[in-house]
Amino acid sequence: MTEPEPIVRMRGIGKYFPGVKALDGVDFRLLPGEVHALMGENGAGKSTLIKVLTGVHPADEGEIELAGRPVAFSSPLAAQRAGISTVYQEINLCPNLSVAENIVAGRQRRRFGFIRWREVRRRAAELMARLDVDVDVSAPLAAYSPAVQQMVAIARALDIDARVLVLDEPTSSLDAGEVERLFGVMRRLRDEGIAILFVSHFLDQVYAIADRMTILRDGRLVGEYRTSELSQVELVAKMVGRDIERPAAPARARRRPENGTGNGNGNGRSARPLVEAEGLGRSGAINPFTLTIPEGEVVGLAGLLGSGRTELARLLFGADHADTGTVRVGGETVHLRSPRAAIRHRIAFCPENRRADGLVDDLSVRENIVLAMQAARGWSRPLPRRRQDELVERFISALDIRPADPDRPVRTLSGGNQQKVLLARWLIMEPRLLILDEPTRGIDVGAKAEIERLVAELSAQGMAVLFISAELEEVLRLSHRVGVLRDRTLVARLDNDGSLTTDALMRAIASGAAS
Amino acid sequence: MTPISSPPRAGGPAAAAGTPRATLRSALGAAARHRLAWPCLVLLALLGLNVVLTDGFLAVELKQGHLYGGLVDIARFGAPLILVSLGMTLVIATGGIDLSVGSVVAIAGALACLHISGLENQNSVPGVLAAVGLALGLAVLLGVWNGVLVAVGGIQPIIATLVLMVAGRGVAQLITDGQIITINSAPYKLIGGGYWLTLPFCLIVAAVITALAALLTRRLALGLFIESVGGNAEASRLSGIRARGVLIVVYAFCGLCAGIAGLMISSNVSSADGNNAGLWIELDAILAVVIGGTALSGGRFSLAGTVLGALIIQTLTTTIYAIGVPPETTLLFKALVVTAVCLIQSPAFRRRVFRRRGPRGGAATAEARRVRDVPEEVTS
Repeated sequence: MTEPEPIVRMRGIGKYFPGVKALDGVDFRLLPGEVHALMGENGAGKSTLIKVLTGVHPADEGEIELAGRPVAFSSPLAAQRAGISTVYQEINLCPNLSVAENIVAGRQRRRFGFIRWREVRRRAAELMARLDVDVDVSAPLAAYSPAVQQMVAIARALDIDARVLVLDEPTSSLDAGEVERLFGVMRRLRDEGIAILFVSHFLDQVYAIADRMTILRDGRLVGEYRTSELSQVELVAKMVGRDIERPAAPARARRRPENGTGNGNGNGRSARPLVEAEGLGRSGAINPFTLTIPEGEVVGLAGLLGSGRTELARLLFGADHADTGTVRVGGETVHLRSPRAAIRHRIAFCPENRRADGLVDDLSVRENIVLAMQAARGWSRPLPRRRQDELVERFISALDIRPADPDRPVRTLSGGNQQKVLLARWLIMEPRLLILDEPTRGIDVGAKAEIERLVAELSAQGMAVLFISAELEEVLRLSHRVGVLRDRTLVARLDNDGSLTTDALMRAIASGAAS
Repeated sequence: MTPISSPPRAGGPAAAAGTPRATLRSALGAAARHRLAWPCLVLLALLGLNVVLTDGFLAVELKQGHLYGGLVDIARFGAPLILVSLGMTLVIATGGIDLSVGSVVAIAGALACLHISGLENQNSVPGVLAAVGLALGLAVLLGVWNGVLVAVGGIQPIIATLVLMVAGRGVAQLITDGQIITINSAPYKLIGGGYWLTLPFCLIVAAVITALAALLTRRLALGLFIESVGGNAEASRLSGIRARGVLIVVYAFCGLCAGIAGLMISSNVSSADGNNAGLWIELDAILAVVIGGTALSGGRFSLAGTVLGALIIQTLTTTIYAIGVPPETTLLFKALVVTAVCLIQSPAFRRRVFRRRGPRGGAATAEARRVRDVPEEVTS
């Protein structure tokens, strides 16, 4: 073994949050002079592991060694002092301060209690030169592009003589050229012997820069691999937890259209297009896409987190404005200026983050259920109490919402029941298109099965459903056709005619082309 | 499942009527846990203090067809604060705040008095009605201005309304030309100082506006929209609620309430003082809202709680005068009492005091924590 001694070694790390095991016996090592990618889907435990490493959260189990010596950081500051520096996803600098001030803020060199500005500027200029970035360090940070700001954040991290540099999604706000520039800096730092931990959702970037990678899934370690020895398809398979060689489960043939439903000219099944998006796009969110959602069909969207699944759905609901393209609903061109407009066209949307974008925590189950219907009626025509009771009770029992108490604040319900409340809100509107963004994430197995069954029933009754899920099995089980997203582009539209497998989906996600 | 009745809601009709004895007991238990229990208790305690300190405090007598007495005075002088607090409640429920109500009070009073002072006959009812209409129209307009700044301009409510709080005093000064306008108008005097059907007229107005607010928010769907926008603005938007419209209506209503309060205050003294009318009333109103149980973070609101809160503050003011606190220390005294009331209402504070007082409980939890830790260490 020619491998150098790891600078960071974490063994058996466990971390518990109330009701959740965020990390479970995770081993991790970081070698000096390497770029190491931490991979995993949302909720796999990447950020928790980083937070344990950088002293934000103490580990509940396990031990951390830094350069062979056991350490336990009580705070991010303690980790910084030990030489572990972090640049977070959101650049947390002060745009109104100068570059130099940003780099040294809080660590100014002083003499007799006074800041020595000349010394500060010299040090800042030195650091920026080390990154090969030519800026005026006394100019305000806001004068520079996000890429330069990112460099400043890195310079700030290096100012403490970092031996370990953690970059959490550093490229999310950078364009291709800026990413290349960042990678140049990362390579140089790596060659200087700094260990870099890199987190990104962009697979191509990971393959461009990382030497090795550690994959997490559901808070557990999947494995540590050399980037050169793991193909993108294998990586995706390990991230989503499906063995690529395994044949597709036969059970899911249960609910699939009898015939392939080709684009438009369905043979056997009369699938009239309900919603047709043509060249719909929004810069920075999702590249222009064309997608048809027929009546009575479930269209699944597959892709990694950050691939543009949610962004696509939000455009179809008018939650964001499209820059380009048109939408037709039932053959008629419509302008989805706002969610209100989409609701008028009987489109419904259960957002991914149901606490932040869906439910109103303080309100009761009843109020949350009738909210959209009341909004459509306006403030002056209250939904009669008897009708409310009727609707709410019907859907509480139909969806088996527990506890079956309409006056309980919705925040006291479990995740699965909250999701059902959100579903009930839209189902009473009798939508023609129901958009479900990760409706089964974070809910228990029973509720998940119920929601899947419900989706199948609704589409059998003629409702169109756009179904987004990170779980490929689930997408395949429910969908008549599947759209595959990758790097904010709809790269493939596949008919789920019985031959489609999770392998094929993963290949499409990884390579961007249908197999 | 037994049929579930809704919890009693502010402003709504009293839920239970004609209860047998068994349900009365459970109703009393429920009342103790009710969110209005603390404000009620505080108000009763303050009133009790007055009963002890002032002879005949509770006596209400009928003189020349008018009701007089300590309680009537509190309600009468409290009417402007009740109104301003009502408007403030809805604004706070949307997650905002309106600092400009004091200025709107001054502007409304100034405009009305200016118009009346220009009348040939200051006792002409149509003239006074026009003055009232003019003043209230401007008050609503100022509220709309606030609402547009917040809802369309996206300015933080505290800043948006701070503009009018500061500028509004200047506007009031402009209207009165820096002077105190004094008028002599019997119809105008009715608003703040008169009686109607043996009751103080301002009390009737306050009651009508309270009922109107309750009707709009609880009988119509406005209350649901306000609580929804205040609780989660993005979720409300994605549910199809026109949050902007809701915000503008709410700020306009707050302006209207402040305008009416301004008329009452200036009518009561038959003059308009651009500098001092309604000074610091926004702070009393915010306090009343908070004491009434509406969180400053927005969401759920309680109109009944606010009315109680306003009465508490007014009673406190009256009490301070009654017990003869030296004038230079009244504000300090008031501040101390309000701090105490807020602390009593804070669940976090109650929990903390409770924990401090119960060392056994504290030790037990510490021990439990230690016990829970052991197996984790063993397994690691």
